[in-house]
Amino acid sequence: MRDAFNIEHSTFNIQHFSSLMNLLITNARIVDPSQDLDAKLDLLIEGGLIARVDKRIKADVETIDAAGLVVVPGLIDLHVHLREPGQEHKETIATGTRAAVAGGYTAVCAMANTVPPNDERAVTEMIIAEAARNGACRVYPVGAVSRGLKGEEMAELADLRAAGCVAASDDGKPVSNAQLMRRALEYCSMLGIPVVAHEEDPHLNEGGVMHEGYYSTLLGMAGIPAASEETMVSRDVVLARLTRSHLHIAHISTAGAIDAVRRARDEGVKVTCEVTPHHIALEDAALQSFSTNLKMNPPLRSRDHREAVLEAIADGTIDVIATDHAPHHFDEKNLEFDLAPFGVIGLETAFGVCYERLVKPGLIDLPRLVDLMSCAPARVFRLPGGTLAAGAPADVTLLDLEARYQVTNTFHSKASNSPFIGETLHGRPSMTIVGGRVRFDGRARAVEPKAKKRARR
Amino acid sequence: MRTQTSSLRSKDLLGIEPLTPEEITLILDTAEGFKEVSERPVKKVPALRGQLVINLFMEASTRTRVSFEIAEKRLSADTLNFTASGSSVEKGETLIDTAENLMAMHPDMIVIRHKHPGSPKMLADRLPASVINAGDGAHEHPTQALLDAFTIRERLGRLQGVNVSMIGDIAHSRVVRSNIHLLTKMGAHVTLAAPPTLIPAEIERMGVRVVGSLDEALEGADVVMMLRIQLERQGKLSLPSLREYYNTFGLTPERLRRAREGVLVMHPGPMNRGVEIASDVADGPYSVILEQVTNGVAVRMAVLYLLAGGHLAE
Repeated sequence: MRDAFNIEHSTFNIQHFSSLMNLLITNARIVDPSQDLDAKLDLLIEGGLIARVDKRIKADVETIDAAGLVVVPGLIDLHVHLREPGQEHKETIATGTRAAVAGGYTAVCAMANTVPPNDERAVTEMIIAEAARNGACRVYPVGAVSRGLKGEEMAELADLRAAGCVAASDDGKPVSNAQLMRRALEYCSMLGIPVVAHEEDPHLNEGGVMHEGYYSTLLGMAGIPAASEETMVSRDVVLARLTRSHLHIAHISTAGAIDAVRRARDEGVKVTCEVTPHHIALEDAALQSFSTNLKMNPPLRSRDHREAVLEAIADGTIDVIATDHAPHHFDEKNLEFDLAPFGVIGLETAFGVCYERLVKPGLIDLPRLVDLMSCAPARVFRLPGGTLAAGAPADVTLLDLEARYQVTNTFHSKASNSPFIGETLHGRPSMTIVGGRVRFDGRARAVEPKAKKRARR
Repeated sequence: MRTQTSSLRSKDLLGIEPLTPEEITLILDTAEGFKEVSERPVKKVPALRGQLVINLFMEASTRTRVSFEIAEKRLSADTLNFTASGSSVEKGETLIDTAENLMAMHPDMIVIRHKHPGSPKMLADRLPASVINAGDGAHEHPTQALLDAFTIRERLGRLQGVNVSMIGDIAHSRVVRSNIHLLTKMGAHVTLAAPPTLIPAEIERMGVRVVGSLDEALEGADVVMMLRIQLERQGKLSLPSLREYYNTFGLTPERLRRAREGVLVMHPGPMNRGVEIASDVADGPYSVILEQVTNGVAVRMAVLYLLAGGHLAE
């Protein structure tokens, strides 16, 4: 099979060759769970690769004094919506990847529900080409499971894989047809890629706009029951067992779904799962504000479900934190709650939210968070990166854990539909290096995006 | 209980949930005075003279719209009725744009009925005018709960300790939610009954008792509120047939015997005769359904008056 990861060659070829300089990062605390490393060391980058990590490296190259910062393998987001092609008013590959590097991400996986969807090679190639031209980080396309995301017939997954897709998903929609899911799992096992399942039963979800529970009752809004996710996760772990294939559950959000994953994994089923920062941090009670920036699918769940999510992060059931970055235009969200589209952005706040909500309270330590946001994503989708081992691509993120700041509605993303605007967070990415090139430098916060503040009464 | 407060805290009436028992009592006491106005030969007071009230009805309504308009006219306000059909809403204008355009004409109050929960709050957060929720989806319908409470208080002399049973389409009812907030705040006991398909999740946490049959709900009830089965709001999966619903939850004279002597039978309207309620009951001696409508005007006058008062004081 052709090398799927040819972005390395295309993104950082001729036009960037001159800036592919060598870099030495000194005085940093280096945290790399892939090597069980947490120590004060220096890191040398040569030719776009990690040359070595060692004590007091001497090299006559550009040097970054990272005193007070933490150096980790570049963050990898398995779940973003870049909206290009087709919905460039929401986000583009250029703006989405700028948001990514500002959030410490060196690679993102772009979901297939573009317009047209990424269900054929031409679209995959367009995404890869545009990422090479205008992207700030690596972009790994995810191909559609079904043609047109219609859930009827399988897309040409081998072709998509050959063109560079790293997983298959109809994300945004469930694969309702169990037979299609079974066949997709079987077929993808041949290709060595996971099927990423967006788990909801469309009948149980019908018309729902928020989690079904006390608050949907209080607010008189149609509910999305936890059972909608749980029935589908239960079905799909059975199908993963049947097909001995790798199932990856996207944005898991309920206690029952987590239990189903835990049980299946105990029985040896190859199932992995991810959770979003907003399901870590927020609950359905917040919807009493009727803010459309709290509307997403799966919805914010009730406290018991959120507690189950936190427990599953602590005990290792949850493998990965992924943002489900879903940009929407201001006008689209400036509607009645029922009418606004599902989805929130997350790339630029993910690390801060997770550090604030998981590490600061002592639920997990920093190396575990780095594993959830970098090493594990690389393992689960078999991507390069997620490590600072010598010879690996020089995808490196510098974190400032002391930074304390308030999230404003000013983002590198084209969109500003964040549920975290106004929150005070600790810890944020300070510098993002992709393939040896500095793609984001926020040390002086010099690279601020243009203000998008709207004058509203 | 007599009034312990003389004004409402908010510029808006978005629901019963944010109100205090004192505020509810204030509105009900104020409505008593306005009920008398409606019985005069000249049914008009100058309280809202020179004020513009826009009735923004984005969803079908007869009773509530007419009642608000009468209340506004009896308070001498200038009124303007705006409905979705025949307006720029049909051309795709958003609710916020519609409201901001109306606001540019300087209304003092906007009464809004909308099918989506939270719409009144959207306007209230953005507009300087007082916003009155005249029903937002299945969320709240505060003036309905106030007129129901007014009717109960007038008939029974109190709300504290009264046993109120609400029967019917609980899931889709804004009337139920506003009534639960109001009655539980005022110390009444609320019982709900419906097929489980029409009982929304965790509603017990609102401080009510849920029972599985009409007979249980009627046992010991001082007030029975029947709710319309909102067929337009649900698929075909919640009820097999209206016939079966009538046979299991329809209020008939025979069944009503289980309630207390002198029970009040209420319905927020519009009624589906022969579905949730038999005509013999709706038109019978215990029914206060038309009194509710009469009281609606007085209660809405009170709400408009109090919100305008708070407005003037600013």
